[in-house]
Amino acid sequence: MKHIKTLNTRNLKESMKKGGCGECQTSCQSACKTSCTVGNQSCENK
Amino acid sequence: MVHQYKNNGYNIVLDVNSGCVHVVDELTYDIVALFQTTDKEDITKQMLSKYEKDSVTQQEIEEVIKEIEELKEAGNLFSEDIYKDYIFDVKKRQTVVKALCLHIAHDCNLKCRYCFAEEGEYKGHRELMSYEVGKKALDFLIENSGNRRNLEVDFFGGEPLMNFDVVKQLVVYGRELEKHHDKKFRFTLTTNGVLLNDDIMEFANKEMANVVLSIDGRKEVHDYMRPTRNNKGSYELIMPKFQKLAESRNQNNYYVRGTFTHHNLDFSKDVLHLADLGFKQISVEPVVSQPEEPYAITEEDIATICEEYDTLAKEMIQRKKEGRDFNFFHFMIDLTGGPCVAKRLSGCGSGTEYLAVTPWGDFYPCHQFVGNEEFIMGNVFDGMNRTDIIDCFKQCNVYSKPKCQDCFAKYYCSGGCAANSYNFHGNINDAYDIGCELQRKRVECALMIKAAENDMVSE
Repeated sequence: MKHIKTLNTRNLKESMKKGGCGECQTSCQSACKTSCTVGNQSCENK
Repeated sequence: MVHQYKNNGYNIVLDVNSGCVHVVDELTYDIVALFQTTDKEDITKQMLSKYEKDSVTQQEIEEVIKEIEELKEAGNLFSEDIYKDYIFDVKKRQTVVKALCLHIAHDCNLKCRYCFAEEGEYKGHRELMSYEVGKKALDFLIENSGNRRNLEVDFFGGEPLMNFDVVKQLVVYGRELEKHHDKKFRFTLTTNGVLLNDDIMEFANKEMANVVLSIDGRKEVHDYMRPTRNNKGSYELIMPKFQKLAESRNQNNYYVRGTFTHHNLDFSKDVLHLADLGFKQISVEPVVSQPEEPYAITEEDIATICEEYDTLAKEMIQRKKEGRDFNFFHFMIDLTGGPCVAKRLSGCGSGTEYLAVTPWGDFYPCHQFVGNEEFIMGNVFDGMNRTDIIDCFKQCNVYSKPKCQDCFAKYYCSGGCAANSYNFHGNINDAYDIGCELQRKRVECALMIKAAENDMVSE
């Protein structure tokens, strides 16, 4: 496209098909303990 | 829902429901804003009158509209929210426990001014967790983890190194349990570093999947907020040890983790101070406290903090170009391999998948609720006896929070921290407003950094 550059992203809707395994890290076990940072966790079921 | 904003020369369009991020030119940015409410003829008229003659042609406007239509057709722009029904499955789900925050020590050798644990005691008394209580907690985790294989145990406090023998024993016990069950423990440790020594570092490097090292940044900032029990600064005591530990872990699988407050709103300097000392994994987060505290972040501070995030984001891009990059936890977003939508809707898992255990074995929904006895959910000896609390937390999701409905950041914070919501509003389905403002800003900066990194790859 000439006017729009789309960053390489995982479409969230696609993740409904294979998601929800629950194996990913709990957000408060990584670094925070006072905020909720789900968006930066990694999927373990790629 | 679409969120569009300008940052550091980038025009960014986030399609919230699909998670797609588009970087667009000026003309497209304007047309996206009109697209859903204005017909094409009007859009053309408005654009031709807005832009100087000859700088934009009718053909270009048509091109842009076509590109937008293509993305819309593909479900990557102006996409519908199709998760509202899906959430019913999330709410019905059988929950299992997969992560524990073990309060190994309700005691601390520092007296940090902002400590939510109140010098480690959590409104209670000083106590160390016994090996027996810890064992029971690990047994409970194994028994209640269903078919989850990866189990997480964070050794937390107070200061967990004040009870390090029990930490070691529990790791040995956990490794034994792994042999008899098809489970894998990921142990983590959160420490202030005062008691850190070579033996503990060696043990941590062998057994701890992650270590969180508490340090606030510049010496004067750190020493003011994190004094020792006899009112001395703790920076000099811990910094060399943290540097050594970070290096011995090859600058991976750890975070130096600081808190910024009203007293250091120029916290980007603290982040960069840590980066200049060689740390590659850095998290510096806003203090969460009641507004009457002198160090509390207030609504008036928000604008300054947002500018500071911008400053930090720009500096991080510059350093990346120079090969001096580092990770800043709150700007980390995994666009290609991030969490699935089920995870994003259901939040942090407090009170369901994630529980805190006190030194004497009580369960709480998370470490931040410890000390508020109405949230005791059971204990390691008798199991859970408050299914009403589990149900309450299970129902808590992005759609149960009115404030999240129109927020573009909802799939990044998953509705925010339940404890913050409770502490500020008395229920877990609200949101801590200052935290939300800052979260939105961080998401904007994080996406802008991704756009800039994308440019670096193309260059």
